[in-house]
Amino acid sequence: MPSHDVLIIGAGLAGQRAALAAAGAGASVAVVSKVHPVRSHSVAAAGGINAALNPGDSWESHAFDTVKGSDYLGDQDAIEIMCRQAPEEVLYLEHIGVTFHRSEDGHLGTRAFGGASQARTFYVADITGQAILHVLYEQLMKHSGQVDRYEEWFTTDLLRDDDGHCVGAICRNLRDGRLEVFDAKAVILASGGAGQVFKPTTNGLIVTGDGIAQAYRVGAKLMDMEMVQYHPTTLAENGFLITEGARGEGAWLLNARGERFMEKYAPNKLDLASRDVVSRAAQTEINEGRGFPDGTVALDITKVPRKRTLEALREIVNIGRDFAGVDITREPIHIRPGMHYIMGGVKTDSFGETTVPGLYAAGEVACVSVHGGNRLGANSLLDTLVFGRRAGEHAAGRAKRMPMPSTPSSRVADAEETIAAIIRRPAGGRRIAAIKDELGTTMNRYCAVFRDAEGLAEAQEIVRRLKEEAPKAGIDDRGTVFNQDVIAAIELGYMLDVAETILVAAQERKESRGAQFRTDFPERNDEEWLKHIDVSLGDGGVPTVDYSPVTITRWEPQERTY
Amino acid sequence: MPDYTLKIRRYDPESGEAAYWEEHTVELKEHSSVLEAILKVKADEDGSIGIRCSCRAAICGSCGVRINGRPGLACNTHLVEASQRAGDGAPITVEPMGNMPVIRDLIVDMDAVHWKKIRRVTPWLLNREPIPEREYIVPHENMVDVTQSMACIQCGACVSDCLSMEVDPGFIGPAALAKAYRFVGDPRDAEPFERLKDLAEDEHGLYDCTHCFNCIDACPKGVAPMSQIMRLRRRAGNDFEIEDRNNGSRHEHAFVKNIQRNGLLHEADLLPDSYGGKLNPRAAPELIESMPTVIKAVARGKVTPAKALLHQHKAPKEVKQIFKTIEARPEREELNLYITGYEDAEDRVDVPHVPHTDEPTSLQPPDPPVDKSPTFPAPEPAPESAPEPAPEPAPEPESESE
Repeated sequence: MPSHDVLIIGAGLAGQRAALAAAGAGASVAVVSKVHPVRSHSVAAAGGINAALNPGDSWESHAFDTVKGSDYLGDQDAIEIMCRQAPEEVLYLEHIGVTFHRSEDGHLGTRAFGGASQARTFYVADITGQAILHVLYEQLMKHSGQVDRYEEWFTTDLLRDDDGHCVGAICRNLRDGRLEVFDAKAVILASGGAGQVFKPTTNGLIVTGDGIAQAYRVGAKLMDMEMVQYHPTTLAENGFLITEGARGEGAWLLNARGERFMEKYAPNKLDLASRDVVSRAAQTEINEGRGFPDGTVALDITKVPRKRTLEALREIVNIGRDFAGVDITREPIHIRPGMHYIMGGVKTDSFGETTVPGLYAAGEVACVSVHGGNRLGANSLLDTLVFGRRAGEHAAGRAKRMPMPSTPSSRVADAEETIAAIIRRPAGGRRIAAIKDELGTTMNRYCAVFRDAEGLAEAQEIVRRLKEEAPKAGIDDRGTVFNQDVIAAIELGYMLDVAETILVAAQERKESRGAQFRTDFPERNDEEWLKHIDVSLGDGGVPTVDYSPVTITRWEPQERTY
Repeated sequence: MPDYTLKIRRYDPESGEAAYWEEHTVELKEHSSVLEAILKVKADEDGSIGIRCSCRAAICGSCGVRINGRPGLACNTHLVEASQRAGDGAPITVEPMGNMPVIRDLIVDMDAVHWKKIRRVTPWLLNREPIPEREYIVPHENMVDVTQSMACIQCGACVSDCLSMEVDPGFIGPAALAKAYRFVGDPRDAEPFERLKDLAEDEHGLYDCTHCFNCIDACPKGVAPMSQIMRLRRRAGNDFEIEDRNNGSRHEHAFVKNIQRNGLLHEADLLPDSYGGKLNPRAAPELIESMPTVIKAVARGKVTPAKALLHQHKAPKEVKQIFKTIEARPEREELNLYITGYEDAEDRVDVPHVPHTDEPTSLQPPDPPVDKSPTFPAPEPAPESAPEPAPEPAPEPESESE
């Protein structure tokens, strides 16, 4: 039975960074991931990572941009920590081998990004996430003496002892169906966001809100769940991401009349206003009939010199060619806002500790909250790394002070029975994919860029019904080797829980702030709503809402214009 | 929407049955992907079909499969193209990648082959000391240059159809060697010589590639693994002058000289030249060892003694001009899609200009190319006594070894 000081669930940027930090602090570490680590969705992060590292830049400027970007819902103490530690983190990555692109003089190069007052985004072409993820994995291979990797193991349950402390997890080896108890003195959730709750989404099929739901089910509080980011530039048909780096390099947004519409909505920052602002602008153009018939506007990347596009935006050249049939170096590409990121997640302090002792969270699964109502582009990689590291170090410190817990292996029997029950389900019932599809379409219809009470209530009704249908959904696969059907059934349950908490929080917040725009409450209302909405699992399995204050250190809320 | 028929290779290790083909027909748009078709079958008909996938956008590297017998990603292969390639209304075949054991259906054991080989090449940066307080100052071109091998998503498509690996399962292979270039080409790495020496001395290493181009065709990300292998060889053989015990470097040089002299390959000369010429004592045992093959070839009429020994062909002046042009260049040009563009004539500034017969034959070096290949720092002089060839990489104590 595996036992480690620190058990990390998820092996994207946050998980791998946490693993290296915990190992560096002397802990024995296990990383469990339902996919091979380099398949983690961090791989898709394109544009870059923010840090105030250039001469003339300052962490204060970065922090202010982040606070303003968050529409003043971000906690300023946590934002300060993130922005102060950013330069050190970027240099750490540079030293372990990330191939950051350089300026002409050989120093680290930067590109402009949305909502930032300076060009402070460090990048590797438009595969920054991939480059960092693969280099961190190189380090995991190097440090395999300290970090045990459990690749393609799916976590089914978090374990708590009698005092309510998190003491490990039960995981299933996808390759042979074997379940194991993983004892651990601390558990770090680093399993990413919940993009698949929406359809379409830029997120991969594996991004099913597992960690958010697992934490919620063992009593952890969630926070800012209503804050769901729609990225301004995604492909209409399949939701694929066209990086903000394109606009950072000089691309323009145009409506169907060829007008550079951002002049109207953000006269100063134009295409590089923060994402919530640009997404609302693009969606408004579409809704008011100035878009193309396919419900899109255009992104004109031909404004970027062709050589620069080939060198620095190679991935979206491929995406344009392979998935839209467009050569972006020669013609504009049709895009629209699409679900991209969830600012909310498992509520943590600045060391990643959740409200459940022994349980940590870092990265998109967590809500520190450094992104508040709206995350700035290129701050998510930073978030994963800074708070991944902090969680890893803190968890290692906790482990030093306590004995190894031991969960009776009888707990495996319960988990086995849960899975056996899924496998025993009779054929028939709705198909898992159909339920998932209805969930995603519903969320994208009612809980997107513009929301109102009526739509949110409708969505909640639908989710309630889907929650009844899900446990009866049919299963085709009765085997143990890579039984993806069973995993899909469990993930569907996670997604429905996450959807429910998003809808509860979105209904609760009766104002417009950041990514949450309520057409029935179109103004920001600091007097009543400058506070976080926390959601936790109440009696009878019903989400319960309460509030927590926003930490304000030095930047008082102001009107927000770009 | 048109109908597409997929013929999927199924295998369930728990059934005790052999692998078999199964057909499914789906209705989807022309430019939908093969992955979307498989997922639709899974969604509507049979959830038990095993395939790894996540991003759907050719970045996570999960869905490497063989489509109509050719390796690639299911997510960026369009149905209409796959169907055309299958030909004449035939179904699109989808099967697991090659050179790796199948676990189930379309899922192969990448750890047993692909990742094992990646771990072979010491796949982490060995920092040049001293590590600066801030960043290493390195040319922009170098970082753009290694971005091509960094763009590898570890999907395994190149490994799937590597012919050398089929013959020699020990071959380090295209993906891992491309990964090695990512370090050798990185000016922050302290040990390019040791890395190259290690890979050159390994009999399953640098010189085990036979230039079949399969990996270049297979790669969905334009990494061009074989090109990276050739660049490793140039670094090893030309820059660091590593003479490996496999005779790979000498063979390569002999080959080039042979073409320069003869225009067409003179095989009878090639083998002794690879070992320092006919009179070199090293060549004799090699010649003797190759006699059975030669005798077989003569017996089957593949070669005649006259043709083999009296090679009449001499390199025409056009061939000599190619050599002159390339040798006259101040810098070595490297093809790199991040620098030169892709499949696009107007971006290909670095293809040697070969004159037609009606053009003047005295070639000037071409105008300075628009895009420069990276320049490498001069290699440090090779240690006076080269270290003992290490058949195994010398991993750090804490590292993983296979």
